[in-house]
Amino acid sequence: MAYKTIIGLEIHVELMTNTKIFCSCTNTFGGEVNTHCCPVCLGLPGATPVLNKSAVEYAIKAGIAFDCKIANNTRMDRKNYFYPDLVKGFQISQDDKPLCSGGHLELELEEGTKKIRLIRIHIEEDTGKSIHTEDGSSLLDYNRAGVPLVEIVTEPDINTPEEASLFLEKLRATLKYIEVSDCKMEEGSLRCDVNINVVDTETNKKTNITELKNLNSFRAAVRAMEYEEKRHIELLKRGEDTERETRRWDEVEGKTIVMREKAGVADYRYAVESDILPIEIENQWIEEIRKNLPELPQAKKERFVKEYDLPEYDAGVLTQSRELASFYEETVKHGKDPKQISNWVMGDVLRRLNDEDLEVEDLKFKPKDLADLINLINDDKISNNIGKKVLRDMFETGKKPEEIVKEKGLIQISDEGELKEIVKKVLSENEQSIIDYKNGKDRALGFMVGQVMKVTRGKANPQMVNKMILDIIEG
Amino acid sequence: MDIIKLSAIDMKEKLKNKEISSRDIVEAHIKRIDEVDEEVNAFITLTKEEALNTADEIDKKIKVGENLGLLAGIPIGIKDNIITYGTKTTCGSKMLENFIPPYESTVVERIKKEDGIILGKTNMDEFAMGSLMETSYFGSTKNPIDLERSPGGSSGGSAAAVKAEEVALSLGSDTGGSIRQPASYCGVVGIKPTYGLISRYGLVSVANSLDQIGISGRNVSDAALMLDAIAGHDIKDSTSMDMENINYLEGLNEDIKGMKIALPKEYFNIDMDNGIKDKVMEAVKVFETLGAEVEEVSLPNTNYALATYYVIATAEISSNLSRFDGVRYGYRAEGYETLDELYMKTRSEAFGKEVKSRIMAGTYFLSSEHAEEYYEKALRLRTLIKDDFDKAFEKYDIILSPTTPNLPFKLGEINNPFIMETSDIFTIPVNLAGICAMSIPCGYIEGLPVGMQIIGDRFKELDILRAGYAFEKHLSIGGER
Repeated sequence: MAYKTIIGLEIHVELMTNTKIFCSCTNTFGGEVNTHCCPVCLGLPGATPVLNKSAVEYAIKAGIAFDCKIANNTRMDRKNYFYPDLVKGFQISQDDKPLCSGGHLELELEEGTKKIRLIRIHIEEDTGKSIHTEDGSSLLDYNRAGVPLVEIVTEPDINTPEEASLFLEKLRATLKYIEVSDCKMEEGSLRCDVNINVVDTETNKKTNITELKNLNSFRAAVRAMEYEEKRHIELLKRGEDTERETRRWDEVEGKTIVMREKAGVADYRYAVESDILPIEIENQWIEEIRKNLPELPQAKKERFVKEYDLPEYDAGVLTQSRELASFYEETVKHGKDPKQISNWVMGDVLRRLNDEDLEVEDLKFKPKDLADLINLINDDKISNNIGKKVLRDMFETGKKPEEIVKEKGLIQISDEGELKEIVKKVLSENEQSIIDYKNGKDRALGFMVGQVMKVTRGKANPQMVNKMILDIIEG
Repeated sequence: MDIIKLSAIDMKEKLKNKEISSRDIVEAHIKRIDEVDEEVNAFITLTKEEALNTADEIDKKIKVGENLGLLAGIPIGIKDNIITYGTKTTCGSKMLENFIPPYESTVVERIKKEDGIILGKTNMDEFAMGSLMETSYFGSTKNPIDLERSPGGSSGGSAAAVKAEEVALSLGSDTGGSIRQPASYCGVVGIKPTYGLISRYGLVSVANSLDQIGISGRNVSDAALMLDAIAGHDIKDSTSMDMENINYLEGLNEDIKGMKIALPKEYFNIDMDNGIKDKVMEAVKVFETLGAEVEEVSLPNTNYALATYYVIATAEISSNLSRFDGVRYGYRAEGYETLDELYMKTRSEAFGKEVKSRIMAGTYFLSSEHAEEYYEKALRLRTLIKDDFDKAFEKYDIILSPTTPNLPFKLGEINNPFIMETSDIFTIPVNLAGICAMSIPCGYIEGLPVGMQIIGDRFKELDILRAGYAFEKHLSIGGER
């Protein structure tokens, strides 16, 4: 029997505008509870909302990035339901006239490119946060109430948890690229709900859709989807079905648990939000936003391949974040060999960042410093190995490579006369190695070079040393 | 001189000329309130002490020759659904019986900036739902003209306070006639400005696409003065219109010769109490005497107005009143086990019958099962009603009608709510269209006042004020009142 999993995602992303969506309160994560609040975001009687233009602009940016159609005429609606974290008894959102509709994201899978279509992107306000204490009472923090959100809804085009994961990664990278959100799942600035069911492709029998909520990380989302996929298939095998219900992921138990049954779900009684006038968006504004949009990851990757003659893989890695890409490009500007620079950035630089869980922005040195370092190697001023040591120093101190080289006396000995003296001395102390080499033990040459490097504390030019030894022995 | 009988404009003049002090004015009105308000019950909360303090500040300003604001020394009542920072704002409901707002409404801010003196918060039908002042949690307000009768509602306290000379001017709110009908019942002037002329920041929403803050005053000039003080764009209310300020008081005097007046035939075909139609037709003759041209006009969608209003208003009410859930402020029931129980007990105990019935109706109209049939249809009908007016205003400057088909009812007389719903037939279309209108007294029938409604196009307050002023002037010259 063959099964096909059908997954659709609903992603909420907090926009990093300076102020909230309907008032001038600061939009920032955390802060002492209930300190970033005012009559408007607290929904006090009589307080009226005023739409933040930046929130619309940020959402349009996202719409453009995902190739959506941006509406010229849209409006805000009210989604009515009761919950203590919802201050007005309704959320100002968008119903049947979303700001952006359509659009897609492309995933690169082994079997080729796959298009995941979007249904819509709309803007809305975030709610406050309930804090449930151990003694069973609930406290409320409204700092988050009124933070601007976009809700991104996909078509059910995703067929495996891996695809979902790839989709989320790419979505996050793009949103970060265009600087509309920091997309930190752990801070809730990116939240993902999943709709999943399975169809038996032979009988065309489908399970009911399960909605997954409270997924606090990509990993949790993937694990929950894997769990559900299996659960639905088991049910199909037994000729059973699941309820139409909402489930949450329990990290500790490693399984999903029923939150509520769909039958009891609220009727949101959508109504027009007439406190906010209909929104008119002129094409000119959309074009202006489009023009000012940074290069998107896909375009950048393609350009890297073409412009720097990089392998697809390198280009992909280097463009995974906007900061890394611009770090690379800046380095190339001051250096010579784009591929060599790519090796350094992807290798020593990225490895170290990953090890220490740091971002490119955290680097203490500048792209030019890295370029200078690589230039020192290319100019035979220092060896590759010394270069790596210097880079480690740069990570820690942020000092210029020349400075480190000078301070520590690391300049490569390329003076033939000086080097010859050292080589002669080392050889005279290692006559056995010369004999070994002559007897065909190639390794002995390496040993002798190593000895010279040791004596010079790595400063000798290894190629020169190699040649000199051979010249002397065979000379 | 009896201070309380002065118009607001005269009070201000005499204050400026140092004939009377601001304290004199406030004390005279406090005395009046102490005398009559136990019976009239126009106020829920009085702010006597703050009023006296403000009066002293104004007197100090006069002493040192500082400039005075537009409303200097004028005692004002504020309907209790308009937020007053630090002063209880109850909306006439048990739900907000002890609610003290932590912020200021834009209108009150402007009144204070213009040196107006707030004497208290006026009584109202609960959450502005009702038109007889019978739904207030704080008891009925009585009509000062006849204490057995209703002053109308929901801004009944504001109209009665002006009529009873407890204040010179007051603010109310008008969602379907809530300023104009009480003005008609109490024989005062009541203006419902164009939607968007006065900031609603701080007006507790009932039906927020229909609500508008307006004014009750003893005459047109007083009302125009208040309009000058509070009208104008406010960045805190995105539906408030950003346009050049108009000086209403200065614009009043222009004569109305050649003004084109329309009488909607559908309105005059409606059943009315005896004599009301005649009084209005007499007024129409006055306009003709003053040089206006009067013609009949048709507003063909008038028939749909009540149903359209009922659906839209209750739908918005059901949403707007959701925030009163007992969680953050206002009344909270005791003895609940679950969150749902907290909501249900709180709302069952603190909302009155009228409010609950409208919330239920609105919830029904918005439910996914019925929204298309009711809510969405009503939104479309609203456009048609608006179009009727747009068409009429292409040709005419103002539209005249009675304000209400009834003379003031006796309190407790009406037990069929449907009568009251149909009695809003002349006022409701104005809110649906978002245009402006004023009720002005046009005579008395057996001692009870009759109000005439003057309707104007969007942001054409000056047209209705000029017409009202010319009419008022003519009557006082003729001595008919």
